[in-house]
Amino acid sequence: MLESNSIPILKLKEFLIVSIQTDLHDRMAEQLQYDILNRISETSAKGVLIDISALEMVDSFIGRTLADTAKMAATLDADIVIVGMNPAVAITLVELGLSLEGVYTALNLDEGYELLQKITTADGEDIQNPDSEDSVVEDMNEPGSD
Amino acid sequence: MSKVQIKEESDIVKARSVAKEMARDLGFGLVDQTRISTAVSELARNIFAYAGEGEVYIETDWDHRKGIRITFTDQGPGIEDIDLALQDGFSTAGSMGKGLPGAKRLMDRLNIQTKPGEGTRIIIEKWLDK
Repeated sequence: MLESNSIPILKLKEFLIVSIQTDLHDRMAEQLQYDILNRISETSAKGVLIDISALEMVDSFIGRTLADTAKMAATLDADIVIVGMNPAVAITLVELGLSLEGVYTALNLDEGYELLQKITTADGEDIQNPDSEDSVVEDMNEPGSD
Repeated sequence: MSKVQIKEESDIVKARSVAKEMARDLGFGLVDQTRISTAVSELARNIFAYAGEGEVYIETDWDHRKGIRITFTDQGPGIEDIDLALQDGFSTAGSMGKGLPGAKRLMDRLNIQTKPGEGTRIIIEKWLDK
């Protein structure tokens, strides 16, 4: 199909950045999942930022695809942070009954980038649960390794 | 009034965009617009997943009510057990089972008419004048 995937995946150092600027239909969401996993594997990226600020809605299919992508990326040793969810989408997601469990989220790209740096430099410490993010942040407050 | 035929996947996107636009024009706020387009997405996908094809009919005024009413019709397999289908996590299509119960929570009213083997009609409403 010609329209397979028009969503660019940019590489920035050890991270990938994806900004979804179009209304996703199901096959596009699946294609994007596949493309992200491929790029992680090709580039050995340690993390992926997915900006969904332009998404007007996240239904159960897109929500599940995002959550699945995060789990799959984890098996490739990469973390995914979803950024920029708009408040109306957040309200609707919860009412729909989706929690995006196991997915890191941040308000915007800046905060997402910081979060990604913290999680991906937490080498060896098994941080699998985003819900324990607070303690992760504390642990990572040591002087930077740069 | 607007009608969207559901025949392929991209029609799901079309149905939710049309519904959102009509909800916005009617005066619904952004959160309600999002609730409505999400519910439409779930139910239009159900048509595509279970029946293959069907129709989404969107209207904005009926019975002296101000709001949006969307009717989803298909000639698919129907729903065997409506109570079960309205439970969170129940699905016969390998999906999450959030569609029907989720759409119900997002809207003010959800009504299901179905006959196994003959098809399903689901009506959802969101009111401006509660």
